[in-house]
Amino acid sequence: MTAILEASGVTKRFGGLVAVGNLDFEMEHGSIASVIGPNGAGKTTFFNCISGFFHIDEGRITFEGDEIHRLRPDQISHLGISRTYQNTRLFPTMTALENILVGEHQHLRATWLGAVVGTRRQRDEEVRALEEARRLLTFVGLRGQGDMLAAKLPYGDQRRLEVARALAGRPRLLLLDEPTAGMNPSETLAMTEFIRRLRGELGMSILLIEHEMRVVMGISDRITVLDYGLKIAEGTPREIQGDPRVIEAYLGRSASVDVSAAGPAGPDPASPSPGAA
Amino acid sequence: MTAAVATRTTGLRAWQPVIRFGLIGGVVGLYLCLVGIVPTFDERPLVAGVISLGQASLLLTALATGYLAATRAPSARRGVEIAAGALAGGLGGSFLAALVLIGLGLGVNLRAVLLHASPELYDTLTLGLGVSGFWVPIVLGAVCGSLAALTASLPASIRLPIVWGFTAVVVMGLFAGLLRTPSLTTPVAPLARFLFAPEGLTVAGAVIVFAIGAGAAILRPRAVPRRRYAALPESRRKVVLRAGVLLLVATVLVLPLGLGSFFAQVVAIVAIYVLMGFGMNITLGLAGLLDLGFVAFFAVGAYTVGLLTSTGEFGLAGWPWLAAVPFAVLFAMAFAAFLGLPILRIRGDYLAIATLGFGEIVRIMAGSDLLKAWLGGPQGILNIPKPIAVGPDSFLAGPVQIYYIALACAVVVAFVAWRLRGSRLGRSWMAIREDEDVAEATGVNLVQTKLLAYMLGGAFAGLGGAVFAGLVGSIFASSMQLFVSINVVALVVVGGMGSNPGVVVGAIVLIGLPELFREFAEYRFLFYGVALIAMMLYRPEGLLPSRVTRRELYSADELEAVAESEIAVAVPAASQEAGR
Repeated sequence: MTAILEASGVTKRFGGLVAVGNLDFEMEHGSIASVIGPNGAGKTTFFNCISGFFHIDEGRITFEGDEIHRLRPDQISHLGISRTYQNTRLFPTMTALENILVGEHQHLRATWLGAVVGTRRQRDEEVRALEEARRLLTFVGLRGQGDMLAAKLPYGDQRRLEVARALAGRPRLLLLDEPTAGMNPSETLAMTEFIRRLRGELGMSILLIEHEMRVVMGISDRITVLDYGLKIAEGTPREIQGDPRVIEAYLGRSASVDVSAAGPAGPDPASPSPGAA
Repeated sequence: MTAAVATRTTGLRAWQPVIRFGLIGGVVGLYLCLVGIVPTFDERPLVAGVISLGQASLLLTALATGYLAATRAPSARRGVEIAAGALAGGLGGSFLAALVLIGLGLGVNLRAVLLHASPELYDTLTLGLGVSGFWVPIVLGAVCGSLAALTASLPASIRLPIVWGFTAVVVMGLFAGLLRTPSLTTPVAPLARFLFAPEGLTVAGAVIVFAIGAGAAILRPRAVPRRRYAALPESRRKVVLRAGVLLLVATVLVLPLGLGSFFAQVVAIVAIYVLMGFGMNITLGLAGLLDLGFVAFFAVGAYTVGLLTSTGEFGLAGWPWLAAVPFAVLFAMAFAAFLGLPILRIRGDYLAIATLGFGEIVRIMAGSDLLKAWLGGPQGILNIPKPIAVGPDSFLAGPVQIYYIALACAVVVAFVAWRLRGSRLGRSWMAIREDEDVAEATGVNLVQTKLLAYMLGGAFAGLGGAVFAGLVGSIFASSMQLFVSINVVALVVVGGMGSNPGVVVGAIVLIGLPELFREFAEYRFLFYGVALIAMMLYRPEGLLPSRVTRRELYSADELEAVAESEIAVAVPAASQEAGR
């Protein structure tokens, strides 16, 4: 297997603060990788560097062998990286369906003149885009909600809509920033299943930031642990669970009980008891 | 329910809302007097020989005060309501009485500061009785207040005809002069003379108009038209819809005919603003770019047409108007690209300020000595031919042809905007409006997409300028005022951002009405301010907000479940609104 995403020596500073320091990171095609760490460890900053919101100060990031750290966010998106946000950021006064259609943007070719004249190509493209959007809506379980304004959807549905919008870009790498934040145990379980389906059915590589240890340990192939912007550990869920530095920095404080409760990571762990979280 | 409340909160507390309305009414009355609305409007009769517009504005304030006070009276009994109306009206009137006492009685020279506190104003307030008539506003206020309260307490079957009748008299009184002048040359002239005085209604006219208004209220369809329409079967609904559209189109087409060239000029200007509003709806409504330099592109369009078509001193080619228009649009578009590239990286408020600056720069450059040799400086470009050459007797002579041209252009612009809105481009504009960063991360090229919105807005402003040049026949740098930009933004905001019908309504309210009532031009911006504040308070989404486009197309069995879930969501949304 080759690396889909590779970061070497990535450093991002804000004034005197080193948000991400000399980070080396690699993830394989078709894998699910997680970045964990306490609050303020630099996880989201790392995401923002990958998706082009921040320009890194040192190092390089490559996606499928191409350097991406000098590109604009829209160019990076065109290469095949989509993302979601820690606090859902939908287009609030557009409908759910329109949100997904924006996600398809980069695969549509219509020019403004074509749209005004209403060329056959443009119309066919719109029909196909709409079909695809409806399909995605059904895929994330929002069938029938398509004409609702995004802002009026319940919280859980908003998160799923955000994933649908990201999927509409047909990415090969999907960045999920705390996909289960604010979800109750059964919603969390559903989201975990959903992420697994994304990899299984769509063959996507997925990189996620996650706080919920049950999710992380359950679905990750590899885990990277950040603390104060530095990588302190890396490995399979089992290795991470046993790593004393991780336990000290992060897990030792509150989550170690959760980790042991989650049990060994496997492709399909017996569904964890919902009450433990 | 009100009665039950009254037994619990008796005494002064229960009268608080009434007193508050009285105080508000008094302040409004005082304001109307001192900013000069009453003295200015006093010169214009509403019903000739009976009541002037200035007096009417005060009486209407008293009526409104009484009516509102009655709805908040401590008890629903008619006597209490009338007392509330009288109290509020009288309290309001006492403000004006105080003004008379201070100005006339104590001889304080209010005019040193308040220019409009003139002897004529005191005469109006006291009905010519001087300081000894200081009680007049109190009594009149109380009488009007109690009459309004009485009306409010009557059952709807009597109340509505009275309200409609009075509204009809006020509205017709305002428009009487405008309707009378053109009809004097037509066979209906005797009727017009009978109903309308040179300004305002005749007494007979007022009675007839009141009767018509009241009659309309009595005969109005019992069921709400919209509900009736919804109850019709599909095929009938289509027929009704088509008939409605045809009627609307016909009205729009005959609008400028037969009402005289003044009215035609006004509707032509409204049509030009509608056309520019449609353009602004792309830039501001869809892409969310607040462009306060719209007039720059308007100027480019106007000057291009002027230079290419003028037969005067600065004319370059002497082309027909129609040949020059495409160039006006293209130049405006190119100019927008030229301005847009450096400034579109700026966000939000800063963009507004930068574009504001460009608008002013263009105006000053156009009038400057530097470009005088080409653009004529302050003298401007004269002798721009009319778009369509016709004899002076043709029905297309004068502003009427401009109206049709502007209308045709507006239809084209609306079509373009509508098509774009539903396309990939329209969606990326909306996405940028909602969240620029996320739009970019979703693959939208910000600079390119914004620039296109800016250029299309500029193109339509240029088209507006081209039509404007054809309307007035001469271009001056002084016509390229900031107000053009402000007008366009304001009418989009008032009408409803992103909504094209809203633009039409906004243009009629903000451009058409002030143009029709030129004699009150002084108060145009007061009217603007009040309208904008009221809009922001009570209808921030605009008069006719754009509707959510429905595109998921439910299958029949899903419809029911969806309707339920929509109700479930609508409830918390409504309660949120109430909470704000």
